[in-house]
Amino acid sequence: MDKEFISKESQGHKEPTKMVLQGNEACAKGAIHGGCRFFAGYPITPSTEVIEYLALEMGKAGGTFIQMEDEIASACAIVGARWGGRKAMTATSGPGFTLMQEAIGYAVSTETPVVIVDIQRGGPSTGQPTMSSQHDIYQARYGSHGDYQIIALAPSSVQEMYDFTKKAFQLAEEYRTPVILLGDEIVGHMREKISVDKEIEKEKEVIPVSAGSPCTDFYKGANTLVEGQLHDEMGRRIGHLPQKSGDFLVKLDEKISKNIDKIASIDTYFMEDAEIAIVAYGSVVRTSLNAVKLARGIKDDRITSKLKIVRDVITKGVPQTLQTDYGHLKVGLIKINTVWPFPEEQLKKLIKKVELIIVPEMNMGKYCREIERVAKKVKVISLAKSGGELPTPQEILNRIIKETGVKKEIEEDE
Amino acid sequence: MNSLFEEYIRKEALPTLFCPGCGNGIVQQAAIRAIDKLGIRENTALVSGIGCSSWIPCYINMDVMHTIHGRALAFATGLKLAQPDKNVMVFTGDGDCLAIGGNHFIHAAGRNIDITVIMINNYIYGMTGGQKSPTTPMNAVTKTSPFGSIDYPLDGCALANTLGASYVARWTTAHPIQLEKSIKEGIETKGFSYIEVLAQCPVQGGKNVYGEKEPAAILRKYRDMAKEGTVSLGVLKSEKTKEEYIERLRKKETL
Repeated sequence: MDKEFISKESQGHKEPTKMVLQGNEACAKGAIHGGCRFFAGYPITPSTEVIEYLALEMGKAGGTFIQMEDEIASACAIVGARWGGRKAMTATSGPGFTLMQEAIGYAVSTETPVVIVDIQRGGPSTGQPTMSSQHDIYQARYGSHGDYQIIALAPSSVQEMYDFTKKAFQLAEEYRTPVILLGDEIVGHMREKISVDKEIEKEKEVIPVSAGSPCTDFYKGANTLVEGQLHDEMGRRIGHLPQKSGDFLVKLDEKISKNIDKIASIDTYFMEDAEIAIVAYGSVVRTSLNAVKLARGIKDDRITSKLKIVRDVITKGVPQTLQTDYGHLKVGLIKINTVWPFPEEQLKKLIKKVELIIVPEMNMGKYCREIERVAKKVKVISLAKSGGELPTPQEILNRIIKETGVKKEIEEDE
Repeated sequence: MNSLFEEYIRKEALPTLFCPGCGNGIVQQAAIRAIDKLGIRENTALVSGIGCSSWIPCYINMDVMHTIHGRALAFATGLKLAQPDKNVMVFTGDGDCLAIGGNHFIHAAGRNIDITVIMINNYIYGMTGGQKSPTTPMNAVTKTSPFGSIDYPLDGCALANTLGASYVARWTTAHPIQLEKSIKEGIETKGFSYIEVLAQCPVQGGKNVYGEKEPAAILRKYRDMAKEGTVSLGVLKSEKTKEEYIERLRKKETL
């Protein structure tokens, strides 16, 4: 991604080293740099480079790698390893992510900090193993049974595959919760030049926010009781006690829902004067940003040269249908880094002056519903694109033009 | 309560949810005595799945992980690999270990990872109210085999043996002393130890499953079974020199 559009999450590397990595490799490297010392996984396209990289590198970092018999076992093993005092991660894709859901619920209930990477592919079922999607946006949020909150991060570049994985470990420890890294095939498989930390930072002690489950690692003489049934601060079951159970569930929810302001991470581009906002997450951010540039008339040879519009302009002059001054469409981009918990209040503030919101997604229009829920007074349009390809900048822009018409207000601005 | 149990039981968690006549208490006692005699309390964690037998460690005042149905061995594998020099014991039942957890059992035993498994086999799903399990005898009437089971029961010991576990033993709740000794041997054995305990569930199993209804009668039957040799009991395999998973892993790491 362009230098000027680097997320605030990707700044401040200490003595950064530059390297070209694949997204999945960057994720694996980010895990090691984030303190991960245990990886259990099961190969599944398009996430296999994560498990392959860690098979090679985890031992060198002083950690342990194991290929388990399935994704269920992988998710369980990382929870077990975390109680053994090792920060732990697994990586998978759609079908495997489904198999992991019960163990993710266990990690939620027992307040075990682990990281689960889901490199999304197209579904349902075997679906589209080699194509990208954002089909698991709800699975990440609601996949396990029970009523719970989760933290999920959506990287949109190789740099963010590295940075967000590191951040996932930090958030997991801070809020004693499983954290989902919701990547997709596109960010997983692309290669980009990125900055990584030169040295692995020393572990910082965190004072966790928790619902009060026992949290001392095993073999420290604390006689920790880790219980999947709803439990009290000693780990004793309270599932049969309605009042206590209810209180525990509220605490479990609120440790995240009451801290959204601290957890939420959003980047904005050109939102200062924006009348139209594109809200995007994950790899769709990339084409959305290019759509903004086109709309703003920002010259970017890499995009414009590919556009039919420009070719047409050069060879045939400006076609009748496109005689809109793009440069005056006040489009901005809201890039949501922490897709869950949904940053409701933060988003409300950002869209105060906006008249139109467009939500491009690689699914049937899922996250759009969350935006609609928050942006009640604004027209929200879903640009849903399934099949495995990104919505192109042109598609996004065309949709904006269609919605705004050949906008009178804009013409009058001249 | 004797002094050993004063020391080991989480009194604040009592009473246990075991029914009168349940075999779990006998297994729990044997395990506590084995742990105490070996003096490994601080260095041992107990992991269990779901089912009556999986509640056994929850009343023991040690590091305990009460996990999800069938997956105790997967959790235990992660824990053991995170702390290879510490002990991990798994408490599981016939359904937890051989039905829903069958895949994890196959692979944990196949790896011969240093985990001691105590499988309490009561031939029935007790917690859910008496349904057929993978070890329920042929023709036994249960809530989900109302016309008699038509499945051949699985033999966990034969399976563990075939898969290459270092240590395999089978005892019954009528053999608490032998059981304690086997648990000790299992812990001391480097490698996967599988100790099956034939137990009784007089409430949900009863006459249809055991041929007897009263707990004491079931125990007598178990004792007689040992004498008659109708089921293979005792230490069935002890291969203490077989290389264990973490030993193999360490060899690769030092390459």
